[in-house]
Amino acid sequence: MTSLSLKNVSKSYGTVEVLRNINLEIEAGELIVFVGPSGCGKSTLLRMIAGLEKITGGTLEIDGMVVNDVPPAQRGIAMVFQSYALYPHMTVYDNMAFALKLAGKSREEIDKAVRAAADRLQLTQYLDRLPKALSGGQRQRVAIGRSIVRDPKVFLFDEPLSNLDAALRVATRIEIAQLKESMPESTMVYVTHDQVEAMTLASRIVVLHGGNVEQFGAPLDLYERPANTFVAQFIGSPAMNLIEAKVTATGATTSVQMADGGHADVPVASESGDSGATVKLGVRPEDLTVTDSDDFLVSAQVELVEALGETTVLYFMSRNGEPALIAKLPGIHRIEKGTTIRLTAAPKKLHLFDSAGKSFLYR
Amino acid sequence: MVAGKKSGLTWAVHISVAALVLLWLFPTVGLFVSSFRTADQISSSGWWAALFPSEQNEVYRTADPDTRVADGDMFTVSGNIFESNPRDIRSWGVSSRDVSAYKPGDTADMGDGESLTLQADGAYVWRGTDEQISGRGQRVFVTATVPPEFTLDNYATILFSGTGQDNMGKAFFNTLTVTIPATIIPIVIAAFAAYALAWMEFPGRALLIAAVVALLVVPLQLALIPLLRLHLAVGIGKGYMGVWLAHTAFGMPLAVYLLRNYMVGLPRDIIENAKVDGATDFQIFTRIILPLSFPALASFAIFQFLWTWNDLLVAKVFLIDATGSTTVMTNQIVELLGTRGGNWEILATAAFVSIAVPLLVFFAMQRYLVRGLLAGSVK
Repeated sequence: MTSLSLKNVSKSYGTVEVLRNINLEIEAGELIVFVGPSGCGKSTLLRMIAGLEKITGGTLEIDGMVVNDVPPAQRGIAMVFQSYALYPHMTVYDNMAFALKLAGKSREEIDKAVRAAADRLQLTQYLDRLPKALSGGQRQRVAIGRSIVRDPKVFLFDEPLSNLDAALRVATRIEIAQLKESMPESTMVYVTHDQVEAMTLASRIVVLHGGNVEQFGAPLDLYERPANTFVAQFIGSPAMNLIEAKVTATGATTSVQMADGGHADVPVASESGDSGATVKLGVRPEDLTVTDSDDFLVSAQVELVEALGETTVLYFMSRNGEPALIAKLPGIHRIEKGTTIRLTAAPKKLHLFDSAGKSFLYR
Repeated sequence: MVAGKKSGLTWAVHISVAALVLLWLFPTVGLFVSSFRTADQISSSGWWAALFPSEQNEVYRTADPDTRVADGDMFTVSGNIFESNPRDIRSWGVSSRDVSAYKPGDTADMGDGESLTLQADGAYVWRGTDEQISGRGQRVFVTATVPPEFTLDNYATILFSGTGQDNMGKAFFNTLTVTIPATIIPIVIAAFAAYALAWMEFPGRALLIAAVVALLVVPLQLALIPLLRLHLAVGIGKGYMGVWLAHTAFGMPLAVYLLRNYMVGLPRDIIENAKVDGATDFQIFTRIILPLSFPALASFAIFQFLWTWNDLLVAKVFLIDATGSTTVMTNQIVELLGTRGGNWEILATAAFVSIAVPLLVFFAMQRYLVRGLLAGSVK
């Protein structure tokens, strides 16, 4: 069943358009992550779903009902803010009970809901405390608890982990994943700029860039089959290498030739019209391997070696103005700075993008 | 400034602060001390002298010779020159030409066998012939150290005396009657206005804020006459209602401005969260904004309270009529200056009664005053 449906939703401030024709169909029980660089409009989109920003074009449906002009409280949503937005003058209990009190629920009903949520989030012993007496992680849990007691159709999370330190972030991320597990029927929309959070939490990811949806799909789909160079480079760290190449043969397998003599046969279909076209060959740093044979992808001079034990990251000299290549090799490699080495990769790990940056897979 | 290093300016700052504190403290303490002294004490020495024991010359007389006792062919009169409050005698004499001729315990030879012995505690023995111990008692000039002496009589006069002219009790309650509503009414109205101007979207909001700021620069003296004419025209006339309305109107621009600036600095997320929780604007205002704005409300309350308490002009224009039954303390002090201009002890006491409540309010709530002052500007 569709829980949340966005049809041609757009947002503009005067003549400035910040979101264009967003179309998303979100199923009940999914955890959708909006990810993108800062300024891409992901928070604005979330706030439009919450009802805190006016929708200037298109329609938004929650549970099959158009809610464009419905005030936030009646949309059946609950939101967790980046700053937690706890009411500083109320105890944890009152913070969680606030929405229910406003809704005119009975005292017993409120007490039951608050205690159940507190129990689930291990907050029972803090119910009488003020937010200022809590640690960052506890405050975050109160903010989540406040949304749980309302029993909403859709949970909205606006960068909920960005105020936590690194260790707590991992712990809270796992807690959110467990929370989702324990509430399989509730839909969650989660905004972040951290791709690790996106990859680990999401059932599907929406990659936003410049007010457009670049790709909408399962995390590993985005990793293995990026729709364009933006998604290819945004998902995965270090970012995917893009090497300029010329198409030499078309068909079910496309052959490309690099300027420095390297070549590759990519198992991606192309049309005869592509012959001779300039394309971008994409290969992830972790897919590159060192080779001695003449059948290599690229050869480049090592500029910097980062030996991490678990992996060895090689940074190569940039050639003729192209972005420098990066290779991430598993284990320990004794490679001297300044040596020129040849690199290759398994053909099915290669990606092809046309001059506009669009993947050959999605043409 | 680099940590651990003190700039030379620090001393300049400290000295200036000390100078300002002394400048403020001296008259206040002087007023306070003077209010516990008698008119004679005020005219004979400064208030600072009242804090320490002082040397005074006093004249006493021994008991009448009728009480003399025969001692051989001489007679003696003995007793203590201090009947009630003993003094510490430094020196004494029996003639006005030399009031400090003798030490305590010495015997003064007054010629022809007549003598007077005075002990440090005031005990004396006057000895002489039948002829010499006659008439009135012997005069004794004493130079003694007098301990500080304070009296509550002035407060009794000001607060409890029956005469309407000196009694400030009624004026005190009149001032309270003016001040308390004149503090509460503008705060209540301004808090609503400030919330709307800070957090509600409506056309013309920016213009309204600009208008409020513009009203801050209008001097209230400009509005006195038109406002009084208006009050008379609509039938409010002179009275408490008129003065409450006037204080409310004059205090409102600053109140709205201060409170709006404070409220606009509250985190947007909290207010949006309340909206998502289903709160109406009124509920957001009463349950979230008001409790969180307490420091700003308190600081404005202190301002408005002090200013209405010390006000004379607005009260004179809008409140005090010919009967004088609604006079306030400031006005009563002005009148006292005319009727009791020479009685400094009464004036000092009246002044201290009038500043006692503001001082109390200031010391009780000073942390809100400082916090609230910074609130609007620095966030």
